Parts: sequence; structure tokens; C-alpha cells
Amino acid sequence: MTEYNFAYLDEQTKRMIRRAILKGLAIPGYQVPFASREMPMPYGWGTGGVQVSAAVLTPKDTFKVIDQGADDTTNAVSIRTFFQRTAGVATTTTTSDATVIQTRHRIPEEPLHEGQILVYQVPIPEPLRFLEPRESETRKMHSLEEYGLMHVKLYEDISRHGHIATSYAYPVKVEGRYVMDPSPIPKFDNPKLGDMAAIQLFGAGREQRIYALPPYTQVVSLDFEDHPFEASKADHPCGMCGATDSYLDELIIDDAGGRMFVCSDTDYCEVRQAAGHKRKDAA
Amino acid sequence: MIDLSNVSKSFTLHNQGGAVIEVISNVSFAVATGECVALTGASGAGKSTLMRMIYGNYLTQAGEIRIGGLDIVRSEPRDIIKLRRDVLGYVSQFLRVVPRVPTLDVVAEPLRALKVPADEAQDRASALLTQLNIPERLWSLSPTTFSGGEQQRVNIARGFAHTYPAMLLDEPTASLDAANREVVLSLIEDAKARGAAIIGIFHDEAARTHVCDREIDVGCFTPGMVA
Amino acid sequence: MTPLLSVQGITKRYGTHIGCADVSFDLYPGEVMGIVGESGSGKSTLLNCMAGHLTPDAGQVVFDTRTDGPHDTITMSEPERRMLGRTDWAFVHQHARDGLRIGVSAGGNVGERLMAVGERNYGDIREKATDWLGRVEIDASRVDDRPTTFSGGMQQRLQIARNLVTGPRLVFMDEPTGGLDVSVQARLLDLLRGLVRDMGLSAIIVTHDLAVVRLLADRLMVMKTGRVVEAGLTDQVLDDPQHAYSQLLVSSVLQV
Repeated sequence: MTEYNFAYLDEQTKRMIRRAILKGLAIPGYQVPFASREMPMPYGWGTGGVQVSAAVLTPKDTFKVIDQGADDTTNAVSIRTFFQRTAGVATTTTTSDATVIQTRHRIPEEPLHEGQILVYQVPIPEPLRFLEPRESETRKMHSLEEYGLMHVKLYEDISRHGHIATSYAYPVKVEGRYVMDPSPIPKFDNPKLGDMAAIQLFGAGREQRIYALPPYTQVVSLDFEDHPFEASKADHPCGMCGATDSYLDELIIDDAGGRMFVCSDTDYCEVRQAAGHKRKDAA
Repeated sequence: MIDLSNVSKSFTLHNQGGAVIEVISNVSFAVATGECVALTGASGAGKSTLMRMIYGNYLTQAGEIRIGGLDIVRSEPRDIIKLRRDVLGYVSQFLRVVPRVPTLDVVAEPLRALKVPADEAQDRASALLTQLNIPERLWSLSPTTFSGGEQQRVNIARGFAHTYPAMLLDEPTASLDAANREVVLSLIEDAKARGAAIIGIFHDEAARTHVCDREIDVGCFTPGMVA
Repeated sequence: MTPLLSVQGITKRYGTHIGCADVSFDLYPGEVMGIVGESGSGKSTLLNCMAGHLTPDAGQVVFDTRTDGPHDTITMSEPERRMLGRTDWAFVHQHARDGLRIGVSAGGNVGERLMAVGERNYGDIREKATDWLGRVEIDASRVDDRPTTFSGGMQQRLQIARNLVTGPRLVFMDEPTGGLDVSVQARLLDLLRGLVRDMGLSAIIVTHDLAVVRLLADRLMVMKTGRVVEAGLTDQVLDDPQHAYSQLLVSSVLQV
């Protein structure tokens, strides 16, 4: 333990990141620039989320990491181990036990409670980027609330596919002010963003941006009157716990095209299975 | 309706050593409603120049040109544009139009500019084109490809589409056959009858004596010539 | 009658070089004004100063706003000016690609201004976009095609539709027919004339093409080395130019 400062980053850096986080919480949805550090992992592996986690972790915290909902995939395991070694904090896979949860591309199924912090890994924080490549211009558009372009993206979706085909990183408007990219979570998770009891922090390492949603923030998914937002998921029950209300991953299980749908949130699925829930129609 | 007093015009050719050419000096005359006045004079006497000055196309150096009370020598462009739209018509010798616009629309345009509904304007245009013997199969084509005589008749139809209270006609009967010449003369007679004040240039003497009440020899106003 | 746009003493310098100097004029509703001059005469600088793309060193650009009457757009706040740029003003670029979103469908291009002013009904937006494509003579079946698949003339017409969909009152045009074939130019000119007449638009057109201003503009300003050397009724300036430079400009045009 002595070879690292608590949670890897030095205290000055953590202070700088905490300031960015506080500013982000004060202006929900606003992207705060911060001096992202080199981390001992490549960009795209959650360097933004890791820095935010490092800045908010205290020795008494219990830490959980999920990658696409799972606690046991490479990204989740390596980040969990990283903080075990550098911070010595307790870790868990149980959503309700965790005080800090770092996530890649999902929000846990179990509703979070007050006192918890959800840290998102963000690849591209700028929702306007794909239509307006100039950073100077997108900043101006945010500051002047010129968000017509965001709807152009949705318009293009409908004109091409007949419906809004954007299924993840679905843009939202925060407290009627800033348009925000919720990170590449499935749009199924969008309704959970709003009015959440936990603090939500978003870190983009490569892009050097932090933004945040304080508890109980109003978050509205953008849409058209005649094409309202819909939180969609695969129309199946979970193949392992039978849940009908959770977001599902599609698994290919043999060479004959056999497939099954299972909860992407492994903790949620395991808790249900332990409580005796089974898939009703075994197949 | 049209009043000229002490009107003078000169051209300064800056790119030819600043030569100043006096074209017309001290023109004064008036044309009343329902009257048609012919401008006469030798070629180069300044008939067309004077007509262009009255239309505001050429700048007037001195004097007053009042049309329906507006002195166009001292008017803002927008007032002249309004005058041309509502009050003052001009049939030039040349048809100048946007290529590819159908003949019917070319003729109807002065009415459309006055916010006359499209169908009403086209009805009026159709009637005039029929009267001037432009075959209906040509109406949907651009007049830019027409013969000289046809273009001239389209130009006249356009000029008479709106019932202007004042009109300037530059050689309206030139290059027309006898039948069409008669049509044009009757259009002029009709305009006079409804009270239009008309100034025209007619090389065709018979036409001139037929429709004009008076003649004004522009040569009298040409500097250097003895009146 | 209040001028729609009142330009007073606009001056823009680039270091010691003069972009444009002390330009003043009033533009009234429904008027179309042409600005001609050779390259470097300052006509584009002037246009960009008026349209808010450049900040002049001196002068006022007073626009008669719908809600509050005349306001100097130079000293107006940026959000207000940008709002004007999406509603009452339109800007048609010489190169359609500068004025279009090239990765977005024709319908999306036309719909953007509607969405920018808060329209949120997909069906309505699409209907208006399709209607405007028709008005600029682009077949409705092309509504989902990207402008990259359009010819130069179609791209320019699409840019015009995109600009006019919110019913602006003042259109700035920078060489709108530049770079197009002569036959395509004629079609575009006819279209613009019709739109200007039917919508009662006011327009300021910068061009070096005297034929374009003769057909489109009621009034004309001739610029040379940043200054206005002559102004007046378009046909009067072209047929009876007074200033030495205007005479040279007019006499330099090939007669066809």
C-alpha cells in the first residue's frame, strides 16, 4: 500500500478533479474541462471514470464496478482490482451495498439510494459532435441554448428508419437547460437518469471533460411530439431468472444459431436466482 | 400628367478624356391625360435619351420632370420603382427578360408585381397575346427564342398588361406587319380613351398622324442647333 | 416608412488596409439592392459586416426587428443576433456547401431552422420541408437524399429553401449564381425573382455579375477600394453611369 498515494492520484490532482465535479454538480449537464492525467491503462478503458472514482473514494467506501452491467468482465475486474490495490477499499458486486459504483454503459436495475455515487465512463461527452465538428461552435451552441441541431439528428433517424433508431447514447435535456450525452447507456436506461436518488458523475478522460447530475435532477429524453421517446428492450424474459423488467443481452449459445436472452445486470440476475426465480418456460 | 420644365442632360465620358457631351438643354413641355404626344427629330437628336430621362433610366442634370406630381429627377430609387410599377409604363424597342420564363408569365409579370392574383393576370395576358396574334402554342415558351416581330409584340403585350396612367412608347410599331400595326394603334387609342398620357417615338409617319395629338421636335432642344 | 435596414458609416479595416469605409444606405421592405465591384472592392467585407459575420470598426447596422422596432445589430447581444440569423435573416453563400449540412438529408437541411426555433412535430417539419423543396423545384422524392448527390444548381436551390423556410424578411446573398452554368443561373434567377416578389423579401446581393443585378436588383451600389463610388436605380447606374469607375465597369462587359 505504501507505494501509492490513496487511490493512485496525488492529492493536488484529486483536488482539481473534485473542483470540476463540484462545478459540474452546480451546473447540471454542463461539461466542465479538467486536466485529465495519464492513467496506467489505455484511453477507452475508463480513464475518465477512474479519475472521477479516485477523486471521490474515501477509505470507508465500498466500491463496485460494472461493464455493460456485468461485474465479471475484463474492464470491471481490472478497475476493481486497481482500486483494491491502490486504495485498499472494500469491494462488492452487490448494488445496494456499494457506495461508489463505476459503470461502463449501464445503470443498475436496482434503484439506487441516497448516499450512493454512480460514476460513468464517457467516450465522447459532446452530443453535438457528430453534426458539428467544431468545438468552438458546439460550446457556443451550448452557451446560447441552440439545440435545433440535436433534433436534426433525430429527424434523420426517422427519415431513414421510420422511427428514432438511436438506441444508446440517446441525448437528454437536463433541467430544461443543457443537452447532455448520457454516455453509451441503452436508451432503456434513460428514464432512470432523471429523479435519481444517487449522485451521477460522468468522466471523459481522453476528452478531458467532467459533467454531473445531482440527486433528483430533471432529465428528459429528446423526441418529437409525433415520435415520442420510448425506452425499448428485447421482448423476452431473462433466460436465467425470468425477469421481464430488466435490460437483456443476447447470447449465442451453440453453433446451430441457438440463442438466449439474459439480464445484462449480473448482480440483479443472481439476486433473483438466489431468491428462487427461474425462467418459467424452460428451453 | 407629365410635366417637363427646363430639363437638361449631358454625358461626361470619364474614360475618354472627360469629354462632356451636351445632349439636350432646356426642354419644357407637358402632356395631359388622354393626350398622345410624338417626339420627332433627326436620328441622334435625343428622342430616346429624353424618353429614358422621363423613365428615370437616364439621370437628368437640371430641371424637373414631374409625373403624377412626383419629380423623378429628385426622387429616391424606391419612389421611382413604385411609380414605374403603378403609374408609368414603358415599351422599349428591346425585350429584356430572364431566360426560360414562359411568354405568358413575362406578359403577366407587371400585374403580378401589383399583387393581381395569378389567374387573373394570366387571363389578361392571354387576351393581349391573342389580340397581338401570338399563337397559343408559343405561350409556354420563353420569348428569347422568338423572331424580332414576335418579341416586339410580346413586349407590347407586357407594356399594356397594366392600365398605366402614363406611358412611354419607343417605336411600338416598328418591325410589325400591317395587321399587327393596327392592333397596336388600337391599343394606344384605347389607352388614350381611358385617360392615359402618352409620349411616343414613331418613325412610321402614318401611325404617328393616326394616334398623336401633337408633335414635339426634340431637335429644337439639341445644343448647337438652331431652333 | 421605417427602413428595414439602415446602415450607417460602416468601416472595417484589416490593419492599415481598408476593407470598406464609411458605407451608409437605407433598405426598405421589399427592396432588392445589388452591390457590385471587382474582387477586393470590399463588397464581401461589407456584406459580412452587415450580416454579423464580421465586427466593423465603426458604424451601425440598424434592423427593424419584429418585436422591438429598430435595433443596432452590432451592439446587440450575440444570442439576439444569432436568433435574428435563424429567423428574420437569411444568408445564401456562394458555395452551397458552406451553407448546407452536407451529411444531412435535404429534408433535414430544410427542417433545421424550423427545429432551431422550436418546432417539435416530425410530420409538420417534413411536410414543410417537402413543400419548400417543391418551391425551389426539387422533386419531393429527393427529400431523404443527401446534398452530395445533388447537382450544383440543386444544391444552391436547396440552400435557398433551407434559408427561406422560416419566412425571413432580409436575405443576404453572396454571389448566389457564381460557379453555376449559365442555363442553371437563369433558372435560379427566375426562382429568386419569384420568391422575392411573392414573399415580399428584401435582399442584398453581392456579385460581380452585372447581368444578375440587372435582373434581380431594384437598386445598385458600385464599390471600389472599399468605398461606394455610385449608387442609384439599377438600370440608371448601368445605362447612364456617372462615375468614371462605373463607366469602366459597365463598358468592360462583353455584349451578347
